[in-house]
Amino acid sequence: MMRFVLDRIVSAIPTLLIASIAVFAMIRLIPGDPASIMLGDLATPDQVAAIRKEMGLDGSIATQYLLWLTNILSGDFGQSIGSGDPVLPLILERFTVSATIVVAAVFLAALIAVPAGMFAAWRQHSLGDVGVVAISTLLLSIPSFWLGLMILLLFGLWLKWFPIIGYVSFNEDFWTALSYIFMPVLTLVLVELGAIVRMARAATIEVARLEYITHARAKGLSENAVIWRHAFKNAFAPTWTLIGLILGGLLGGIAVTETVFTIPGLGRLLVDAIYARDYPVVQGCILFISVIYVMVNLLVDLLYPIFDPRVAE
Amino acid sequence: MDNSADSAVVAARNLSVYVPGLNRVVDGLDFSIEPGGMLALVGESGSGKTMAARAVLGLLPPPLKVTEDSSIRFHGHELVGATADILRKVRGRRIGMVFQEPMVSLNPSMTIGGQMAEGLKLHLKLSRGEIRDRCQAMLERIKIRDPARCLTAFPHEFSGGMRQRIMLASVMLLKPELLIADEPTTALDTLVQRDVLDLMRELTRENGTAVLLISHDLGMVSHYVRDVVVMHKGRAVERGRATEVLSAPKHDYTRQLVDALPRRSAGGARSTTAREPLVTIRDLVIEYPGRRTMFGKSEPKRAVDQVALSVRQGETLALVGGSGSGKTTLGRSIVGLVGITSGSIDFRGKPIEVGTGLLARLQRRDIQIIFQDPYSSLDPRQRIGDIVGEPLKLEPDMTAAARRERVLEVFGEVGLDRDFLTRLPHQLSGGQRQRVAIARAIVRRPAFLVADEPVSALDMTVQKQILKLIRDLQERYGFACLFVSHDLGAVEQVADRVAVMQDGKIVEVGERDDIFDRPKHDYTRRLLDAAMLLDRKFDGAKGAA
Repeated sequence: MMRFVLDRIVSAIPTLLIASIAVFAMIRLIPGDPASIMLGDLATPDQVAAIRKEMGLDGSIATQYLLWLTNILSGDFGQSIGSGDPVLPLILERFTVSATIVVAAVFLAALIAVPAGMFAAWRQHSLGDVGVVAISTLLLSIPSFWLGLMILLLFGLWLKWFPIIGYVSFNEDFWTALSYIFMPVLTLVLVELGAIVRMARAATIEVARLEYITHARAKGLSENAVIWRHAFKNAFAPTWTLIGLILGGLLGGIAVTETVFTIPGLGRLLVDAIYARDYPVVQGCILFISVIYVMVNLLVDLLYPIFDPRVAE
Repeated sequence: MDNSADSAVVAARNLSVYVPGLNRVVDGLDFSIEPGGMLALVGESGSGKTMAARAVLGLLPPPLKVTEDSSIRFHGHELVGATADILRKVRGRRIGMVFQEPMVSLNPSMTIGGQMAEGLKLHLKLSRGEIRDRCQAMLERIKIRDPARCLTAFPHEFSGGMRQRIMLASVMLLKPELLIADEPTTALDTLVQRDVLDLMRELTRENGTAVLLISHDLGMVSHYVRDVVVMHKGRAVERGRATEVLSAPKHDYTRQLVDALPRRSAGGARSTTAREPLVTIRDLVIEYPGRRTMFGKSEPKRAVDQVALSVRQGETLALVGGSGSGKTTLGRSIVGLVGITSGSIDFRGKPIEVGTGLLARLQRRDIQIIFQDPYSSLDPRQRIGDIVGEPLKLEPDMTAAARRERVLEVFGEVGLDRDFLTRLPHQLSGGQRQRVAIARAIVRRPAFLVADEPVSALDMTVQKQILKLIRDLQERYGFACLFVSHDLGAVEQVADRVAVMQDGKIVEVGERDDIFDRPKHDYTRRLLDAAMLLDRKFDGAKGAA
């Protein structure tokens, strides 16, 4: 078991290194010299040379990468070209906003979707099952920006229950903060619900046919004990992986939802930085997002043996 | 209801199970078992035996239902139509059930201890400590190594035989009055099979538990059970003492079943000593590398250990051994599916090529394999005609018309209709699928065929047909065959020579009759003992003698 944990942690390192090389290379591959782009059309060759030296652009690609990596590892992601602020604190601040919304949404979505999927599977072909499948298919096929706008229209404009624009941190006031994130969270819950329901349902149907479920009934267990003690863990294992993928994906930015609800999240930061050609921020964001993705999936892998002890062998 | 039925532990009268709107799966079945008695329902897949047994516990998979005029009395109490509450009090506590597949009948995500404890906690309301003591005592009783550790282990840490013992133990912990055992040993190899059945007999005798055994294996049943009911298409076609049914079957179907029991082919083994060897194996070692982790490697596992063996032109050499003996690995290595660690395998004097290179592919035209499980060895999305015709596409000069003609010819030879050309694998029965697998293997007239447990997933009567088919095709095509099997009954029917394998080593090789009649190695003797070959016990007619 200990070995499984160490193994997984160590094997995440090469993935992260490859990601860092890709991020580094991506910026270098963009045509044009970052120095001259930063300085604009009117720069003299001397100015360009000076800034190249300052940025370490005169060394070989390998030394540039190592320098960059060392800086990154010591927490120095550089400064934003636009505002001059250090990149890392900026990313962390924006990430906290996105993460609050995403974690809440994925948690709620799983809380609703897993029981719904299991319920549908247990009563396969019943009216309830057909209903759950229909709703989840419908939700899957609605684009998130449209759903977000409709929610905004309904709860924000017509019912006037929640504020339409902006974000308030939970540190300031809990209830106000809650009122601000309600609509974006609801949007994400509805968008992600469908996939999780379908996965939970399919996995449960698979498990329900297996002999150990019949065996559990043959022991005289109540139907509830059969479902929760015997079916749940086994059916949840593949769903757990999906939830991890969704969480990892969403934490990397929910640019569309953030745009619809005007939330200062990581996704918007990245999109804005791309438009502004703010390369240090773009680089920092992408690297940060890949690290988060790897970390979330690492965590999912490490917890997987709880649901399926066979993988830890 | 007469008295005999009321003294019975369980008595089924006119038991019928049906699919609403469709046919009856069980049709008017009667049986009863006295306290401590044993009864077997014997039949092939689709005979309704399993559904009859499940009906007793009210555990029919939907949409199956029991007809209203059916009756199942348990100690005189009617179970048909009983409430879910009553059924739950009977299940586990008074009627225990053991399932067929030890690999899927224990919950993989729950510890052995947790699963054993469930019944005790639910029905007897014992304290934690008491439950632990009882579970541990039971594991000791069934001779599990390190019972305390076993309680916290998960099912995947045990072999199939061990899991089946654990399953039996967990069911018998509650000392039920009736044990339903649904093909409890079908998935196990011969030696382990015997172990588990002996244990079942001991445990049920100790507790005076009556047994309803479900099996397709008339031969095995007759060694353990006094009374049998033979089922065919949902009906009981014959009943009586197992030994009498076996020696003097009255119904046509029973006769077919008895005929299908392994018996030495009268034609006898062909003497092949004079023939040239086709495949020669020298000092072969195959090791599976230990699992690589970031912190080093676990020990490599030696699956085949210093094996020397040759297969001669046109003969059938049977490779026999228990599970884990390395016989499947050896068979696959000859086809080039497994890399060898050291030693050599020569085919027609040239070393076997591994991998997918041109030489390997050319060589493989002459060497084919039939796999054990016809359900997973055919591509579920390919039509049967395409599956059989695919190997012919490697012939550069063959026209589509010629291919089709050859496919139809082979269809005829393996006994498949032209209709099958456009069908998909899932529309076929197990036996039909295995015919397709055989057709695919012989379509290019190979010189050598590896048959890896080709009949162990099939019903007895179908087994017999497939074995005969392989032998007939061998007469026609003259290919040599390595017949890998744990089933000595099947081996006795097809083999010319037999090689016995244990722990990766060949412990004995010889002519079939020598191995069966004059086994030299101790392991061979144990295998033969466990195989309970019927011809020895009942008709005594040794075909080849």
